[in-house]
Amino acid sequence: MCGIVGIYLKTKKFEKSLGKMLSGMLNNMESRGPDSAGFAIYKNEEKKIFKYSLCIGDLDFNKFKKEISKKINKSKLNQYSDHVILKTPMEPKTVIKILNNSFTEISLVGYGNSIEIFKQVGNPKDVVKKFKLDSFSGTHGIGHTRMATESAITTDGSHPYSTGKDECLVHNGSLSNHNNLRRELVKKGNIFNSENDTEVAAGYVSNSLSNKKSLKDTLVSGLKDLDGFYTFITGTKKGFAVVRDEIACKPAVIAETKNYVAIASEFQAMAHLPDVNSAKIFEPEPGIVYSWGN
Amino acid sequence: MKLDLKKLKLRKVNEKLQSLDRKQNDRNFTIVNPEGNHALCAGLTDEININIKGHVGYYCAGMNQKAKITIDGNVGTGVAENMMSGKVHVKGNASQSAGATAHGGLLIIDGDASSRCGISMKGIDIIVKGSVGHMSGFMSQSGNMVVCGDAGEALGDSLYETNIYIRGKVKSLGADCIEKKMDKNHINKLNLLLKDASIKNLKAENFKRYGSARKLYNFKIDNVSSY
Repeated sequence: MCGIVGIYLKTKKFEKSLGKMLSGMLNNMESRGPDSAGFAIYKNEEKKIFKYSLCIGDLDFNKFKKEISKKINKSKLNQYSDHVILKTPMEPKTVIKILNNSFTEISLVGYGNSIEIFKQVGNPKDVVKKFKLDSFSGTHGIGHTRMATESAITTDGSHPYSTGKDECLVHNGSLSNHNNLRRELVKKGNIFNSENDTEVAAGYVSNSLSNKKSLKDTLVSGLKDLDGFYTFITGTKKGFAVVRDEIACKPAVIAETKNYVAIASEFQAMAHLPDVNSAKIFEPEPGIVYSWGN
Repeated sequence: MKLDLKKLKLRKVNEKLQSLDRKQNDRNFTIVNPEGNHALCAGLTDEININIKGHVGYYCAGMNQKAKITIDGNVGTGVAENMMSGKVHVKGNASQSAGATAHGGLLIIDGDASSRCGISMKGIDIIVKGSVGHMSGFMSQSGNMVVCGDAGEALGDSLYETNIYIRGKVKSLGADCIEKKMDKNHINKLNLLLKDASIKNLKAENFKRYGSARKLYNFKIDNVSSY
């Protein structure tokens, strides 16, 4: 079991309260996943600025700030508990190299022009509070509450997984062919940081998108290539997509109003959203890709 | 009596409905702000009328006996699962496994029901005004399932003696499920069921009947009265 949630704003009306809407959804999914939680928020991009979401763990923030500003030009840092959002005009290739060489104790959670990702072990209510999700604004967001099944309760084992620029994926379910697929993707140049099955699905999507396949086509071919039970939400800079495997044991429900589209494992996750009782509410059909904004 | 789930805890509401004073005359209840809570109105045993205003979560009206429950909204997985008697009426859509394993009573769904509707049903009557998803009627044993719309893949897979009536298209039939002849008894029964669900614009002749080919399980004609 796990809880997955997502919200995509069709108009600007709720942009300032996106974080609050998403945090309520995550709190209500505690019963499906009390082990760890995480979320990705997409904000309007700043011109020629890249954002790097970093988990610095026990490292002293001020010390880290001092060291990183020596190596990375025009860097701006914002601290949220043990996570840091690093903003710089420097390209990902260079920055990732610097991080890998000189800052081995920190982990890169995700990067892009618009995405900011936070994830940590603990009860969703505490995680959401720690990262001050309520204060976030943005255009769309995705979240996850985890009940660990096939790999350990660690930050690395938490969702969302981001394996490409402005990409992320959350998953409810389990994959049975992830070891094989991981080997194939590693040969193609993908890098994985955990033993987790979901990271392989995220890598599969990134690999396909980098080969110029559309998100929709990627997920359609994923129905053949990914074996197991799943409901996935995949986020990109422009929006998100939802797909369930063809057996559809893992739940999902969508609520659509003129201002937003929300998806969650259970309706109770979105019972607090504005106008939800007059929303169009439906279950995504098995094996069909639904996407918004892409 | 009005019960507000924003003010009362779910457990309190269920406990109240499960242990009513038999001398109490007020048998009508309205539940507001259900907010997707699970197991609402589960395990009721009295002849009472309940109207739930809004969307509910999993296993609503599970194990119901005698109570009449109307839901003004959508329901999650397993509505009226293992119902014994009474009536459950969903005005919106139902998620998967609606009426699962239920022994009796009537379940009416005004919208669609998703996958595995009536899985392993054992005597309940289910009427879906919309369509049902894949694997509906899986291993169903007894009772009637009426679908006014279409049915998804593998309808009635490995079923026993349930009668399935479908008006629209069937994407595919499951193992050992075949189309069967409608005789006079079936037509009469189906017309009564349509009447129960206040469906006036359709007649039994608009439907096709599906049932077991009796090749997968050990059917003996001597036992037919048990179904």
